Amino acid sequence: MGMDSDLFCEKLVRRFGSNAAVDHVSLDVPAGTFFSILGPSGCGKTTLLRLLAGFDKPDEGDIHIRGQRMNDVPPNRRPVNMVFQHLALFPTMTVGDNIGYGLKRRKMPLAERRKRIARVLEQVGLPDLEYRDPQELSGGQRQRVALARCLVLEPTLLLLDEPLGALDLKLREQMKVELKHLQKQFGTTFVYITHDQSEAMVMSDQVAVMRDGRFDQVAPPEELYREPVTPFVAGFVGDNNRLSGELVSVRDNLAEIRLDDGVLVQGRVASDNLRAGHRAELYIRPESLVLSGDALSSGFSSMQAKVRTTLFDGANSRVEAENCGQPVYARLPQDGSAPRLSADSSIRLAWNPALARVFGADSP
Amino acid sequence: MKSSVSRLSLWLLLTPFLLWIVLLVLLPHLQMLRVSFQVRESWDTIAWGIEQYQNFFTESYYWRTFVRTGVMSLFTTFLTLIIAFPIAWYIARLARGRSKGILFLACLIPFWASELVRTYGWMILLRESGLFSSWLQALGWVDGPVEMLYNDVAVIIGLVYNGLLFMVVPLVTTLDGMDENLVEAGYDLGGGHGTVLREIVVPWAMPGIVSGCIVVFMLTLGSYLTPVLMGGKDSAWFTEQIFTQFITRFNWEQGAALGVLLLVLSSLIVWLGLKISGQSLRKVMG
Repeated sequence: MGMDSDLFCEKLVRRFGSNAAVDHVSLDVPAGTFFSILGPSGCGKTTLLRLLAGFDKPDEGDIHIRGQRMNDVPPNRRPVNMVFQHLALFPTMTVGDNIGYGLKRRKMPLAERRKRIARVLEQVGLPDLEYRDPQELSGGQRQRVALARCLVLEPTLLLLDEPLGALDLKLREQMKVELKHLQKQFGTTFVYITHDQSEAMVMSDQVAVMRDGRFDQVAPPEELYREPVTPFVAGFVGDNNRLSGELVSVRDNLAEIRLDDGVLVQGRVASDNLRAGHRAELYIRPESLVLSGDALSSGFSSMQAKVRTTLFDGANSRVEAENCGQPVYARLPQDGSAPRLSADSSIRLAWNPALARVFGADSP
Repeated sequence: MKSSVSRLSLWLLLTPFLLWIVLLVLLPHLQMLRVSFQVRESWDTIAWGIEQYQNFFTESYYWRTFVRTGVMSLFTTFLTLIIAFPIAWYIARLARGRSKGILFLACLIPFWASELVRTYGWMILLRESGLFSSWLQALGWVDGPVEMLYNDVAVIIGLVYNGLLFMVVPLVTTLDGMDENLVEAGYDLGGGHGTVLREIVVPWAMPGIVSGCIVVFMLTLGSYLTPVLMGGKDSAWFTEQIFTQFITRFNWEQGAALGVLLLVLSSLIVWLGLKISGQSLRKVMG
């Protein structure tokens, strides 16, 4: 356990019946980091968060916060606060009373409480809203009040349970950036759970990708994106193309596979279960695919594909093509360099093998 | 043409309601108010005056019974709330699926029998030769038969029992609508059980609490059978006196005055309750 780690969990297990919602999860979150747990719904991330908050008890394993074992500490005694998915602002109290609730529990005198409430409202950009009812505020404002209500208590750890889910797209984009700034400003350690990979990527210092109660990979967003260690992470984090074929050989950390149309392509070895003659899967990002004319850099792999349709979405415009019945997406740069593509025309897609990752088909 | 048709249908729909209000509520009360100010000078001459009201204040037995009824009704209402809250909490928050419906039904079933039958049920249990008394004797805890009926405790037991459902229903309704996360947030931000109950649950449930209290208080204050049957001849419930004036003494003027006073008392206490709890009638009953 690191000396400066705010949260340290060891082999946490929480079972519901015979099903382990959290299955031997270990994690170590250094102080002052923004740590996200990313996973599809039902992967156990909410259960994990509730274990950390103290609303639920682990069947096995230990939770340490700043070196203190927390397993038997009730939620109201933990140096942990939580921003709920639907915020759970107290509707019978004003904004100020909502924020003052926790301070009052600490028996802080009224004058000091007032000062702290005013200061934290200032910090989250909502000055002078102290006497309003939460119901009168907009979604984004309520979000900030929920944050302020926790941050005013200066917790060691702030848990956030997909709090941006209820906001509309534009506001969500804005709040992502703002949350990140607030986290830096307060220096509090955030543990954020979400199923939205873009939220996790934009805000986090570290992201844990969770599946079926376990962590597949814990890494900074960029590493997660560039070097996923399992096919699940490769497919879940960001868009990815999956091409399956038969492994021919492995050489210099490069795997060569034969696609179903007989073409030989290459990618970096990403798992240690690659055996010649067995099925393998190559993952390549849409933006790594080059629509090549003739000029191919040496060492690039390439394949033929048939255009199905083009999807215009500004900077995210893509072409949807097909190779041996498998859909393949490639990014269409909007700087005028992309050719005009018509349906059913044939294109050549090429990539630098260093950007592709190859997993054995029986990878976890 | 269309608006006159819709207006006609509105009036037709309103008619039963208006008939109810005017014929059964408004007219009798106005009539009673009128009678209460009539003074019978001889068998065929009637004057106007406040003699009946003076009687009420000068005759200590009247106003003592009045105060006693008010205080005991308030106490009964409070007791009903204390007993109903955990029941409602269990039904609304802890029970799931089928058991929720069954529990709710269990609260409702006693009300399929009339108040008279329910009261006699309690009397069978509590009287000297009743079930509890014989059990206590069989266990050897007491030497002779024990009379548990005909005292204030028995009256309050009966009244609480009669009011329970009317407290449980509005409480379950409000507690049902409460987000579980509110309670969790209450703990998460450092509150203990008492704090969460006081600062979060009770304020949330306030409309239900007040509406339940109003209904139970009114029912209790105006109840007649339970205090008479379970309290015996010393029960001294105010409705009993109204009954006596109307039926036994055939003194309608005095009975009407007492009735008006009871109405004023209940309205006053309900109004006070709303003021103190900061609720409005519209919010509570809506």
